[in-house]
Amino acid sequence: MVKLFRSTVIDAPLADVWRLLRDFNGHHAWHPAISHSHIEDGKSADQIGAIRCFTLSDGGTVRERLLSLSDEDHSFTYEIVDCDLPISSYRARLELKPVTDSHQTYWMWSSSFETPPEQETEVMETVSRKIYEAGFQSIRDMLSNDISSVEHGTTGQTVNENVLEAKAMVASHFGGPEVFHERAMEISPPSPGQVRIRQHAIGVNYVDIYCRNGSFDLVDVPAVLGFEAAGEVDMVGDGVTGFHTGQRVAYACPPSGAYASIRNMNASLVVPLPEHVSLELAAGAFLKGMTAEILLHRVHRLQPGESALIYAAAGGVGHLLCQWAKHIGATVIGCTSRREKIGAAKQAGCHHVIVPGATSLVSQINEITDGQGVDVIFDGVGKDSFRNSVNSLRKGGHLVCYGESSGRVNNWGLEQPMPKSITISRPYFYDYIDTPETLKTVSGNLFEAIEKRIINIQVNHKFPLADVAKAHRLLEGRQSTGSIVLLSGQVAE
Amino acid sequence: MPTVYASTLIPASVERVWTTVRDFNALPSWHPLIAQSRIEGYRPADQVGCIRAFRLKDGGFIREQLLSISDLKHSLTYSILESPMSVRDYLATIRLMPVTDTNSTVVEWGAEFSCPVDQAATLVELVEQGVFQGGLTALKQRFGG
Repeated sequence: MVKLFRSTVIDAPLADVWRLLRDFNGHHAWHPAISHSHIEDGKSADQIGAIRCFTLSDGGTVRERLLSLSDEDHSFTYEIVDCDLPISSYRARLELKPVTDSHQTYWMWSSSFETPPEQETEVMETVSRKIYEAGFQSIRDMLSNDISSVEHGTTGQTVNENVLEAKAMVASHFGGPEVFHERAMEISPPSPGQVRIRQHAIGVNYVDIYCRNGSFDLVDVPAVLGFEAAGEVDMVGDGVTGFHTGQRVAYACPPSGAYASIRNMNASLVVPLPEHVSLELAAGAFLKGMTAEILLHRVHRLQPGESALIYAAAGGVGHLLCQWAKHIGATVIGCTSRREKIGAAKQAGCHHVIVPGATSLVSQINEITDGQGVDVIFDGVGKDSFRNSVNSLRKGGHLVCYGESSGRVNNWGLEQPMPKSITISRPYFYDYIDTPETLKTVSGNLFEAIEKRIINIQVNHKFPLADVAKAHRLLEGRQSTGSIVLLSGQVAE
Repeated sequence: MPTVYASTLIPASVERVWTTVRDFNALPSWHPLIAQSRIEGYRPADQVGCIRAFRLKDGGFIREQLLSISDLKHSLTYSILESPMSVRDYLATIRLMPVTDTNSTVVEWGAEFSCPVDQAATLVELVEQGVFQGGLTALKQRFGG
């Protein structure tokens, strides 16, 4: 029996590392040796006994069974069911521990297995370097947002022909829009499984503000923020299929790092763009549009004839929800904070527009629905709207809380039955697009909705990348309509 | 039952850090709160069951019993027999774990205990920050961290 043990310290909080490792079906998103993963027999990725089937970057396959998973001590164990290496009885364990004084994470990866003695050295070398240490390095790169290359960046030169110089907007610490500083970065050629993208247009979303001010635990500063961009593939890493240089692509997902003129991204997270979607439109539409698709077709399956209350009906996601919900055949009630946005809400297809004020939201809803309440509410406001939302639903209605622009909804537990037996959903967007298949389906539906003009996405505000602080002020001050994009000037449309 | 946990990264190998930590009678040499220590009955400091009696710099007196020690796992577990704190069933473990890619060490120090509910927050803060994290910071500095 051979035993292996490798460990490292990752410069990121434990929650960030665990979120990536815990997903037994998500390791292809970060591990360079794995190009694809799926779970057999329709089991869920955190179900003990689930078998994941990897397609490796070199074309091989490995099947592994989850034996234990603990959110308490941040560990899981698994065994290899079959693989191409001369290995048997392989069992491995990953465990994370917090380093409490530095907010870093200690990561142990250990295993025991049988292997023919004459191949022992080679197999141990392969597993420890290509699996364990390569995995450590990818997670490190992913969570450090290429900040190390920012620090070493030089201006005006390239080290070799394959290293490109990029400009990035780095948030130096948590705070207001003033935390952004422009920095030069050197972007290496893509690692196996990645593509390097020259980013023409970059989406600015409310989630970026949560990351900037530290209220979301998605990013550790200093970091390049941003989760959404569109551009052209500049270089394709080993093992990547379906992409070529010059291809127009977009993405909308972690890890952050979109506020840059060039970046590397895991190819499994990137989607080719159809001809009818411009780069600017993609950057302004991809995240919000896929959010709307997921909310209306997956989190809640909206039916013709249902009544839907949609907050911020003139806002980024709100106006898409309104248009799409109307197309589905629902009765759409839009709510907006300012009277001057009523026109935009009507234009988005709202049958009714509510501006809470002298008459409360709840009584206006009651008037529209004959006192019944609405079937479903899409609430991105959070703390300030939660009570009103609960009171505006019909019996058995569905409250979908997808954002918290006014602050977090606290102390809403399961101690007592829900009023009116309502259902509350608090979806995590990326869970719905975390495999290449679901990403393809959701983005495909979005592109189709754009092409058929079911939704009309307006990119109303454009800023140079360097002016990201202005874009954040506009969005945070609720002064914007439609989408905001940053332009890096990398690729001409 | 409150639990406390503190950890740190020390830029030295597990073997080096362990020579300091494994000595159940050596707290005064690295822990800033502890003035003097002796093992009762002149027993060896690595004999399971031995009791260390030590005096804190603030005058407090504590007796702790070694329950397990492992050179393999680089860990030791002990309980409190007597102390100025109103804790019962106090069980603590200090453990060293290797960081293989940098040949350094993560040290974790955790405990669980029972205490009056109204004192829990104060005792957790005292043990976790004062005793454990404070001790680990001093240990780290001893190894140049």
